[in-house]
Amino acid sequence: MTEQTIVNIGPSHPSTHGVCRVVVTLDGEIVTHAEPIIGHLHRGIEKMAENRTYLQVVPLTDRLDYVGSMYANWAYCRAVERLAGIRVPERAEYIRVIVCELQRIASHMMGIGSTGADTGAFTAFMYAFAQRDHVVELFEALCGARLTYNYVRPGGVSMDLPEGWVEQCRAFTAQHPSAMLELDRLLFGNVIARARLKGVGVLSADDAVAWGASGPTARGSGVDWDLRRDDPYSVYPRFDFQVPLGENGDSYDRARIRLWECVESCKIIDQALDQLEPGLVKAEGLPRLLAPRPGDAYDHIESARGSLGVYLVSDGTPRPYRMKVRSPAFCNLALLPLLAEGHTLSDLVVILGSLDPVFGEVDR
Amino acid sequence: MNINELREHLCSEYPDLCPLFSVEFGDGVLVVEAKRLHDAASDLRDLGFDRLGMVTAVDTGDEFELVYRLQSREMHAGIFVKARVPRDTASIASVTDLWPAANWQEREVYDLFGITFEGHPDLRRILLTDDWVGHPLRKDYEDDRIIRRPDYI
Repeated sequence: MTEQTIVNIGPSHPSTHGVCRVVVTLDGEIVTHAEPIIGHLHRGIEKMAENRTYLQVVPLTDRLDYVGSMYANWAYCRAVERLAGIRVPERAEYIRVIVCELQRIASHMMGIGSTGADTGAFTAFMYAFAQRDHVVELFEALCGARLTYNYVRPGGVSMDLPEGWVEQCRAFTAQHPSAMLELDRLLFGNVIARARLKGVGVLSADDAVAWGASGPTARGSGVDWDLRRDDPYSVYPRFDFQVPLGENGDSYDRARIRLWECVESCKIIDQALDQLEPGLVKAEGLPRLLAPRPGDAYDHIESARGSLGVYLVSDGTPRPYRMKVRSPAFCNLALLPLLAEGHTLSDLVVILGSLDPVFGEVDR
Repeated sequence: MNINELREHLCSEYPDLCPLFSVEFGDGVLVVEAKRLHDAASDLRDLGFDRLGMVTAVDTGDEFELVYRLQSREMHAGIFVKARVPRDTASIASVTDLWPAANWQEREVYDLFGITFEGHPDLRRILLTDDWVGHPLRKDYEDDRIIRRPDYI
């Protein structure tokens, strides 16, 4: 055994997918311990929420998971609706499902693309980003923003679908599955990417459950748990879709099931567009200033990263007394020391990428 | 499993936990004494709550309320466990031995509320720097940079 070396990676390092510092203890090139140091992006969003009205908190939730803002919007709004007893019109629920499944594609394209970049397959990154850009343009047409949408609001969504949007959306879902098959061959069929990803950072199903992992990180290990199916919310029970599962729990499975999830998302979007009926997109008669009755409520949704929950406590005033965001990226990142041990330093980057953390949500 | 089935299941397996169970906004809530929290959490884990979803706290003014969210894959159900600790001696048993998921989440609560978790293997600040003074999510936390926004009513 050689002398142990301590290497500091980050906080600003392209392969850390954001501002994350990892203190790595190395024996030669082998990682004996990797400790993520987080909090560089901590803005105190939970504290800031206590100083804003319920509606003013929605833009803050955009800044949590900034590659998947729709999810945090929705999770927060569901908690508010539960607390204030608001009934959401059916059309708004369908629109929420459509935008959130599009968001899953946009977010997974970022995740898969960066897996490609981490393993040296930069072409795959460009292919994935071309798909992501389609979705972001759809969102821009929808609400004017490409990243922080502020679209899902308590009681519904901020505005109805613009003219011609449904056709644009159908055009996207028509080409997306074949683009995914192409990306699958390009990235996951690539011998170098396979060598870099297979058998790296193996997570057992038991560990995934015990460590509170969720989303593709848990499903990559074969944990058959998806809130859309297992704790159904909104109009998800009306759709027919599969939950892709991995077998080995390695970085390859975690990254690759994201790709199949995108294909399933397309199926959900198509079914939702077929069932979409005209109607209200926001509950009527909502007060300008929400002041829910005292109490607490929790609601969670399946975001691109896993179970995203929002816990709200109301004291009857127009400001939340306490807001807590149960962040899937935070819980999944806690697995890094477990997964990285015994692998090489270059594999650490791949493992971190396969967990697909977004540090806006980790640090809040 | 719906909330009534959950109540029946809980009451038949652990009768002593039964009177502590209530339903709020459609969620099952178990309110326990702080010193009994670890035992209750252990019982619930044996009952089938295999996932620890969330650990957090609420500053109620004179006390801290710890809130644990547990999830069962087998029963398709969730439950809250709540326990109150006094402000001046804010301390509770850690559940890291039951769910390793509690490790980072309890560190976060320690960091932002200053509640200590007995038996935690590595209780340090996690989001804030090690030399930070105070615990920001306490209601009496003061910082010049916090600007009280005006009331709109």
